[in-house]
This record gives sequence, structure tokens and C-alpha cells, in this order.
Amino acid sequence: MPEICRNTWTIAKREFKGYFATPLAAVFLTIFVALTGAFTFRLGGFFDRGIADLNPFFQYHPWLYLFLVPAVAMRLWAEERKAGTIELLMTLPISPWEAILGKFLAAWAFIGVALLLTLPMWITVNVLGSPDNGVILVSYIGSFLMAGAFLAIGSAVSAATRNQVIAFIVAATICFLLVMAGLDLILNYVRGLVPGFLISAVASLSFLTHFDRITKGVVDLSSLVFYASLIVFALFANRVLVELKKAD
Amino acid sequence: MAVLIEAQGLKKRFGSIAAVDGISLTVRKGEVLGFLGPNGAGKSTTMKMITGFLEPDAGGVRIAGIDMFETPKAAKRKLGYLPEGAPAYGEMTAGDFLGFIAEIRGFDAGEAARRVGAAVEKAELAGVLGQRIETLSKGFKRRVAMAQAILHDPQVLVMDEPTDGLDPNQKHHVRQLIADMAADKAIIVSTHILEEVEAVCSRAIIINKGRIVADGTAEELMRRLPAHGAVAISLASDRVEALRGALGALPGIARIDTVGQANGNVRLRVVPKNGALKPHDVAELLRERAVAVEEIFAERGNLDEVFRQITTSDEAAHA
Repeated sequence: MPEICRNTWTIAKREFKGYFATPLAAVFLTIFVALTGAFTFRLGGFFDRGIADLNPFFQYHPWLYLFLVPAVAMRLWAEERKAGTIELLMTLPISPWEAILGKFLAAWAFIGVALLLTLPMWITVNVLGSPDNGVILVSYIGSFLMAGAFLAIGSAVSAATRNQVIAFIVAATICFLLVMAGLDLILNYVRGLVPGFLISAVASLSFLTHFDRITKGVVDLSSLVFYASLIVFALFANRVLVELKKAD
Repeated sequence: MAVLIEAQGLKKRFGSIAAVDGISLTVRKGEVLGFLGPNGAGKSTTMKMITGFLEPDAGGVRIAGIDMFETPKAAKRKLGYLPEGAPAYGEMTAGDFLGFIAEIRGFDAGEAARRVGAAVEKAELAGVLGQRIETLSKGFKRRVAMAQAILHDPQVLVMDEPTDGLDPNQKHHVRQLIADMAADKAIIVSTHILEEVEAVCSRAIIINKGRIVADGTAEELMRRLPAHGAVAISLASDRVEALRGALGALPGIARIDTVGQANGNVRLRVVPKNGALKPHDVAELLRERAVAVEEIFAERGNLDEVFRQITTSDEAAHA
């Protein structure tokens, strides 16, 4: 195994286990599964619609991630800085990228576990009818990608502070703006201020716009590129912030 | 002996404050360098640059000949570091934590187990391996962090206040550990406790306001004190004149100071012109002249005084 993979893997393993060392994992997973269920059946009107699909389920994911993903991300760097372990981590023979990737991948895998725990939903809908399983699979992948983008932003914000509460609030706010950018509420407001081509630019920054397309089963390259580039960009910001802030 | 730590002209600013302002030092194999200075003098910042945690604004660091900022990974492999406050991942057990360090240091499973075993033995951690680090006492936490730093048997060891906050037994244990490892490593230890310098360090550097203000063995540093080599005498106050008369005959005495008075006794300090006075000669002379004294001993001064003198006179010079 090349060194970068081995080191990233070691960091990720430690970080992933770290989630389960505290009650955080159990609390998070329970809330995630409970809320996806509540949203799907209560707000989404899963049964009333009489359609065998998981749209009511996926449609609330951006709003769930808004609060739950920053909660997963907030500890990634803020805790290292608060406990002083960042000094230990950054003087081990690893590169900053290995640490950043390892931590990011661990948190992403943790959210993946949460998503896997909702698989009974998929089974349920197959028992009740015959849904388009391709769309559901793509939606799961889209949801996971979107969580990754939220997470990368949260990780970068976490590197900027040693206070987890601040990390949570700032990350949730940034994610909120990125989600809201696609709503008419915001777009109508912006429409009066800026020329038309900027409107579509703002709308295309929205998590919702891209996620809607994916949950309809439309996998276009632009949405994948959108999430992927957001992750890459946020991780670069993460790298810069770690470097800038580690001395404080 | 080979130079294992080499820092050249290190500088670091935080905003308008020059935390480290041109520090150069070398440590050879077998040396234990004591790193002293008041709080905020730049000790920790210097150590953070030597260990590659912070990048200096100017200057360079070589660990076992490897440039820290050109090839950081290779340099960090040669280095063990105990940061200030001995941080470790509190939610991990001591055993898991050391296992993680061994893995990230690139040891395969068998070798990792052997290394962890050896470090656990040295740091006497066997009883707490299964406990979470956050539940351990301060002394054990410190030992876990020490074990982490020495796990890969590094050529270079940097420890920021390794005995801070420990009880006397634990301090003794840590010093013993350092002394045992000293022969085949280059070690830097920062500390506030000056007795520690005499106990474990072969050389000491005192820094103040980001600069080196003194460099030498404990003995050399103490020679800087005016009181060094003086002879302290205490005797009944009515015999002071007789003593002054008697000592007038001895060459090489600069002056006789009165240091204090207690219980009818006067404490005097006989300050030599240069070099040390021999208490033996003074005692001999006093016996010949039949001047009875209560107490007579050679003053060495102590490092606390050296420290205070150097760091406060430096301040005055800068004011």
C-alpha cells in the first residue's frame, strides 16, 4: 500500500473508532434514523401518496443534513486544537493532506453508516409496491455525495476554531445558505438586484437544485461535478485553515 | 559526537510580537540540553519550530542532518516529541493510543507490538493499558505521552516541560527515564524547575524575549553569580570585628558583606576578587586567630539566582 493510503487509512480508522468511543455515535444514529422516518411518514405523506417511491424520504435529506452533518464535522479539528493533540498529530511523520483526508473520510464513512441504517425504508417500499430501484440507488448515492459536501464545509470550519459550538453554528449557517440558494424565496429577492445570468449562477450553487435532479433519477455530470468540486474546494480551504490556525 | 539537532537563526513573529528572535543551537548525541526561560520567553515556540509543528519566518532546522522543512516526513521520523501538557486522545485507551502511534510510525503488526511493549515497560504503564486516557491520573497521562514519544526509539527527543505538575516521585521517575536514554540520543528538555537542570542536563540555555541570553553547563552558569565562590560565615555579633581583622590578612578578598542577622548571630559573606576562595583556608585562618564561628560553608549560588539575574538584567538592558 502506498504511504499516503496507509497513513490516511490509519488516521481514518482512529477517527472512525473515535465516534463510537462516546455516546455521540448512538445518539446521532438514533436521531438520524428516527428523523428520516418521521419526515418520510408524517411530513412526506408516504402512505397517502399511494406511490411506491422514496421521494418523501429523500426530499428531506438536505434539511436533515443541515443540522446533523455539522454535528458530525464539528469535532474533527476543533477538538484536536482544544486538546492540543494537533501538535502531536502534525509532528508525526504524516503530511497534512493525509490527516485531512483521513479525518474527512472517517466522518463520511460514519454518515454512510447512518444512511445504511435507513435501508429498511428501501425494503419497505419494495414490499409495498414496485418502485424504480435505479432511481432509489442513484438517490442514495446523490444523498451521500451531498452529505460529503456538507461535511467538507463543516470540516474546514472546524479547523478555524477551537470551539465546537462555534464550528457547529458557522457550518450550519453556511450550509443553510447553500441549500436556500435554490429556493424561489431567495431567488426572487436576488432577481431584483443582479442580472439574469447571475441568478442561474446562484441557483446552480444550491444543494437543492442539484439534489432534486438526482432524486428524480437524472444523473448529469454537472451535479456530480458540483458536489465533487465543492468537496475538493472545501478540503483545500481546510488545509489552509489548519496551517493558518494551528499556532493559535 | 554527531550533531543531531541543529537550529539556525530561528525567527517567528506573532502579529507585532517577535516570539523568537534569532535562536541558533546545536545538540550532539549524548547531550541533554536544558531549555530555560521565563513564561512567554519563546521556549515553546522554539520547540514547536524544532519539531516542525510551526514553520519559522526565517532560519532552518536539521534533525539528524535532515532538513525539517524540505523533507518534513523524513525528519519527523527521527524525532520524538512530548508537547506541552502531554496531549493525547482522551477517548482512546492507553493501549489503543500507543498502537495507533506505532501504526502511524509505520511498524508492521509484530514490530508494533514489540515496540509498544518496550515503551510500556520503560514508562511503567502496564497496569493502565486498558483504561481510557481521560480517566488516568496526571502522572499516568504524562507517562502515556512519554511512551508515545519514545516508542520508535528516536535519535532526537524534544520534551516540553515533561515534569510540570507531577509529584516528587513522578518527577524523579521521569528524570530517571531521561537520564537512562541520554547516552545514545540528543535530548532537549524545557523546564521551569532549575534543580532539574542540575539533575539531568549536561548543558543549559537560558532564553529571554526570544533570544539566547546564556549558554553553558550548570556550573558555568553559576559562575556568573557574584556570590559564586564566596564563603558564608555566621558568628556571634560581638566577634564580627575580630573576624574582619583576621580576614584582612587573607589575599584575594574583594569585600565582606553583611547578609543578615538572627538570634544574636550575624551572617557574613566573604566575596573573593576572582576565582573561588577555599573555605578550608578561611577556616584555617580563623582557627589560628581564635575567632570562633557558628557556621562556615562555600556558597555555590543556585540556578534560580542565575536565572533571575540574567533574565531581569536583560530586561533592564532592553528598557
